[in-house]
Amino acid sequence: MAEASLQKKKTGFKIRLEPRLEEPPGWFPLFVSLLAIVIALILGGVVISAVGGDPIRSYQHIARASFGDSGVLSDTIVKATPILLTALACSVAFRMKLWNIGAEGQFIMGAWGASAVVLAPILAEETPRWFFLFVMALAGMLMGAFWGFIPGYLKAKFNVNEIISSLMLNYIAVAWVNFWIFGVWSEGGFQMSPKFPENAWLPRLLEYASAYPAFRGLTTHAGLLLGIAAALIIWLIVYRSRWGYEIRLIGDNPQAANYAGINIAANVIAVMMLSGALAGLGGMSEVSGVVHRLQTSPLAAGYGFTGIIVAWLAKLNPLAIIVVSVFFGALILAGREIQPSGIPKMIQGIILVSLIASDFLLRYRIRITRGEE
Amino acid sequence: MDPIIILQAGVATGTVLLFATIGEILAERSGILNLGVEGMMLIGAMTAFSVTIATGNPWLGLLCAMLAAGLLSQIHAFITITLQADQVVSGLALTFVGTGISLVLGEGLSKAGTVSLLPNFSIPLLSQIPFLGPILFTKQSVLVYIGYLFTPLTWYYINHTRPGLNLRSVGEYPSAADSLGINVFRLRYFYVFVGGMLAGLAGATISLAVAPGWFSELTTAGQGWIAVGLVIFAQWDPVRAMFGSYAFGALRRLILDIQGPTVLLGFDNPFYYNPYWGFFLQMLPYAFTVIVLVIGSREAIRKRLGAPAALGNPYIRGERGK
Repeated sequence: MAEASLQKKKTGFKIRLEPRLEEPPGWFPLFVSLLAIVIALILGGVVISAVGGDPIRSYQHIARASFGDSGVLSDTIVKATPILLTALACSVAFRMKLWNIGAEGQFIMGAWGASAVVLAPILAEETPRWFFLFVMALAGMLMGAFWGFIPGYLKAKFNVNEIISSLMLNYIAVAWVNFWIFGVWSEGGFQMSPKFPENAWLPRLLEYASAYPAFRGLTTHAGLLLGIAAALIIWLIVYRSRWGYEIRLIGDNPQAANYAGINIAANVIAVMMLSGALAGLGGMSEVSGVVHRLQTSPLAAGYGFTGIIVAWLAKLNPLAIIVVSVFFGALILAGREIQPSGIPKMIQGIILVSLIASDFLLRYRIRITRGEE
Repeated sequence: MDPIIILQAGVATGTVLLFATIGEILAERSGILNLGVEGMMLIGAMTAFSVTIATGNPWLGLLCAMLAAGLLSQIHAFITITLQADQVVSGLALTFVGTGISLVLGEGLSKAGTVSLLPNFSIPLLSQIPFLGPILFTKQSVLVYIGYLFTPLTWYYINHTRPGLNLRSVGEYPSAADSLGINVFRLRYFYVFVGGMLAGLAGATISLAVAPGWFSELTTAGQGWIAVGLVIFAQWDPVRAMFGSYAFGALRRLILDIQGPTVLLGFDNPFYYNPYWGFFLQMLPYAFTVIVLVIGSREAIRKRLGAPAALGNPYIRGERGK
């Protein structure tokens, strides 16, 4: 085909773009997404070799360091868990064309809320574990929802651009947590809170190593179950409920939604709160499942931003998000050891760029014709 | 806590926001929302600093910073103008890419030592004016002076010149502009490029003048996003953008200075005795951005002002458009 077009170039082949009149076949969006990832990895490789690295060895390293054996696979899943929840948070908001890019801040506030249960303390140390974790999850979701409520309310009431307000709240959330860990909850002057009692830890696989020896050393924690359950619930809400129908209608055609009598302002606030609650649950799961104390650097590690990319890559489908977050968990896990350290971030950005660019193929078809017309 | 010094430093710091905000105003006036300002500023700051280290010539660094950020902006232009993709997502992606690339290429730069910076000087006569002289015209960076000229020039350009009229028409009513023979696509590419170059200039202003050095993402610390917010507060007007930028600059400086003295307004300074209270001060620029957004948005509703009518919409030739 390429050869033919080269030969006939003189007679004038013409590339034309035509809007697609009918929906492309079902496999096509998936194909385009995969194509975008491949292109992004190639582009990333170009940059890596430009700064003197070896792209193929970098990628091999990423693959080995993230899927090589059950230990690293478990670590990959641990990294994927917060991304899964923040991506779900972004997906519900994006579905309504509500650009919540404050999942990062909502995640951090969720972690703070869950930590407050332990550190304030709201519950005594010897509280039964299930109840402790339940209250922590609830507190995390509440704080996240509150942090989502602010931009939602400002959008509904004053038409304030939610992109910028939610983003500004990210910085405020980090400063808020810093205030607590540098001051009130500081452990002996260090910039972190004391370690939580084990009652406040989400169960990990390694706790069951005595019954199942294969689990020895595996740190995958119950946050994964929270994430998968949340994905299923969000899928049900978005695709199988009246509320989800309203969300999708507002996203696709706000005017029609308005004529249909849907209260858009109330939905803006509700969806921002739902989104914030999901991100907040992610923060709880991370602080209770992995970090086990309140500390800024491991929590404000950009999970909220990665969630944006994952949500988009999964075409906002909650079930696809589960798969895509594992891929990104791998990228982040392996990226920790790669030099220069900005590479995973850069690859994430390039993936998003090529993904948006390739969406063009879903709306247009490229037709190569003889240029006689 | 000398008010003159705070205002003087505030003007210098505000110059960063000024360039970025006016660049974004130009792009948005042409109908293209570019949320990638933060990424473009980081590329600009990193390029300016590393080129200056390599060549010893800060002017060359400045030029390269503007070109690099301008080039980056063309990714956004291609995706949103030619491929007609969503401007919000593409702008976000641009921030990720800009941040990522500048972290990769800027690796190790933070330990690279000092560079020759752009010159600071006082302006004779003008610096003698009481009050304003020491604030505006004494020992400021050359970029600050460029900033003074920049606001009235862009205001005049947008509102009182032929190309400025074309710019506004492309952003308000592209199909009408097209029917008058104005090349909508080319103008939009051009102004996204200009906006990118100005964001690069803003980044270079940080790394070569205001806070010299490369501190990875903390170099900009969200100022690109504050600039996007200021555009809304400024109602797409360069003059309002200038006041907003300098006010934010002064605020940033005030936050630094308020933590110094042991006594504040006759009381023991809590920020001095309990440094962690300072985190509340750090929240202020971001909280103010939200407040400023609320003010700008309410005003827009009341006066029925608003964004350029075609902002955010791709222009598709032949489609029944706005």
